[in-house]
Amino acid sequence: MKPKSGRYLRAIDPSTEETLTQVARAGAADVDAAVRAARNAYDRYWRRCPGSTRAKYLYRIARSITERSRELAVLESLDTGKPIREARDFDIPLSAAHFFYYAGWADKLGWAFPGKTPSPLGVAGQVIPWNFPLLMAAWKIAPALACGNTVVLKPAETTPITALVLAEIIQQADLPDGVVNIITGGPETGQALVRHPGVDKIAFTGSTEVGKEIARECARLQRPVTLELGGKAANIIFDDAPIDQAVEGIINGIFFNQGHVCCAGSRLLVQEPVLETVVRKLDQRIQTLRIGPPLDKNTDIGAINSKAQLKKIHELVRSGDDAGRPRYETRCDLPDRGYWFRPTFFTNVALSDRVAREEIFGPVLSVMSFRTPDEAVEKANNTPYGLSAGVWTDKGSKNFKVTAQLQAGVVWANTYNKFDPSSPFGGYKESGFGREGGVHGLAPYLQR
Amino acid sequence: MTSSRLRVRKTYKLFMDGAFCRSESGRTFAAPTKNGTIHAARASRKDARDAVRAARAAWLGWRDRSAYNRGQILYRLAEMLESRSGQLLEALRLSGESAAAARAEVAAAIDRAVWYAGWCDKIEQVLSTKNPVGNTHFNVSSPEPAGVVAIVAPTRPGLLGLVSPVAAAVCSGNTVVVLASQRDPHSAVALAEAIAVSDMPKGVISILTGYRSEVVPTLAAHLDVNALDLWMSGPEEQAAALRACDNVKRVRRPGEPPARYWSAGIDQRLESIAAFVEIKTVWHPAGF
Repeated sequence: MKPKSGRYLRAIDPSTEETLTQVARAGAADVDAAVRAARNAYDRYWRRCPGSTRAKYLYRIARSITERSRELAVLESLDTGKPIREARDFDIPLSAAHFFYYAGWADKLGWAFPGKTPSPLGVAGQVIPWNFPLLMAAWKIAPALACGNTVVLKPAETTPITALVLAEIIQQADLPDGVVNIITGGPETGQALVRHPGVDKIAFTGSTEVGKEIARECARLQRPVTLELGGKAANIIFDDAPIDQAVEGIINGIFFNQGHVCCAGSRLLVQEPVLETVVRKLDQRIQTLRIGPPLDKNTDIGAINSKAQLKKIHELVRSGDDAGRPRYETRCDLPDRGYWFRPTFFTNVALSDRVAREEIFGPVLSVMSFRTPDEAVEKANNTPYGLSAGVWTDKGSKNFKVTAQLQAGVVWANTYNKFDPSSPFGGYKESGFGREGGVHGLAPYLQR
Repeated sequence: MTSSRLRVRKTYKLFMDGAFCRSESGRTFAAPTKNGTIHAARASRKDARDAVRAARAAWLGWRDRSAYNRGQILYRLAEMLESRSGQLLEALRLSGESAAAARAEVAAAIDRAVWYAGWCDKIEQVLSTKNPVGNTHFNVSSPEPAGVVAIVAPTRPGLLGLVSPVAAAVCSGNTVVVLASQRDPHSAVALAEAIAVSDMPKGVISILTGYRSEVVPTLAAHLDVNALDLWMSGPEEQAAALRACDNVKRVRRPGEPPARYWSAGIDQRLESIAAFVEIKTVWHPAGF
């Protein structure tokens, strides 16, 4: 429907800077209408809807996403700038899988919390980021509906398109009106949603800075909230690691989705005996990465999502240069138009450098070294963040000990950036609280 | 003859890093009792920070003990409480509880410690999952302690309101700094004396006495505190919950529940443990 605000925002293809379409910029009146619709649907229908019926709606949505996966992948790639290969093989299938997984929980919630009779919270207000637009919508909507809540979801300002296709899919699944409401807009839209008196629970994925503001707002309102925020993950390479596999893991860890990943392995900790080898191999490997049109299925690295993000990456990389850290980058030409950044890594980085402490959210890796496992753990944990970490070693006992000592919600051992709907995801410390995925992902949407 | 003997009075101290100490500020506050007024240590902001430092220093050691060992130590605390039940009873009586109420509370506090002691080596089994991921990986999720938990104990019950949240937080491997009820420093000091002889490593539990208005803002804003358990209500509670957002603390806000809340049927809850654990998921490839 048309926004009461009468305002629109442009969706831009970051690889060409061309306008793709215009979407509504929801104002306070639009947010209010959406929350009322969600409340109405919750009170009149959804809270009493049998779990088995909720399950069937969710299964329908999962199936429709798969049916329209090609269209969704193209749109996601256009809107975000991510390589079509990633949208096709990762974002879209995982979104469908998420709905399919939580569909099955809708009529089995009693088994998730033995001895309890869980009940829904009401209207969930959800605000998601621009790095995995459809997938984040699925992570938010699927568990909320499975648990019997209705939702108002606000997609990110720069990536609204696939959420609107999802709205169409949900409509075509005959989900009753008001159970899912999607409102596009900017930060003021999200703020209005978080503050709206008719919302019972907030779920947010995004930056730590905004997350803290949302946490404060929810503290004032005594409103339940879950936060999935930033990260500065350590990826630890021991000298007994399978080096070639580790190099692939490092590349995947930091350059997946142009590094626009909260759990990106952005701090590389390499044990001294293999430091030179790893740096040499990394330099060779990044020269083979193909940077270019996102819709080309041979593209490895797409466009940076927005002008603002590109500016932030440039600023942080400049801080690395200013600190005198050696910089390596892919030597290649970049397209004339659009937002681009070459895969880059700094060596000899100090823990106190900005590039080692701040989340860059771009294809920039900071390389440091260590001598002993204890030192690696200490350096890895020396950050206010705690979302994810990586460990590479062929020695099983070392693996168990180091993964146990890392303060991070997800630890990938001899792998990186793996996700699954059955597997909980979320942070320690300032990376947020609450988990999404798995049985643990049900808890934030239920009263017990 | 004996009736003329002059009784030795006790100095009411803070319990920090395994030791009894006065407030670094040298201040005390008056707590009225049935037999006159005592002066308990009045913790300063610096005392609160020192207690947090002790809790952080103790954390890894406590976390990395075997769950069985943590269970034994908590059970040992219950043993010490039982053998000092007379002293605990007297402390509660000093703060104004009736004899019957005090007896019931001491019994409940001891039983509560036993209940949580038993959880130490079961939490992981109940809250863990092995996840059937759709790719060639092995993947498990399991709970770990959040870190340092700051607890603001309720005004009443003075003893059970300390033992229950503290035991819930430490059984999973957290270390705690707890601000005791201002109304009842007697129970706080009696509990600290039991902890001191219970094999509990130093720093795992620090007990402060003093004013909420002085201690709570420091604990709530402290960047090395991971979680906040606020058994209080009103504007000070709201302000603490807001300060806690500065470093994204996990905050539980139960308020000051009515007396019946503390009965075994309600407050013996797995959720009280789960409130201060993190779920960690570890992935590993499976293959040749």
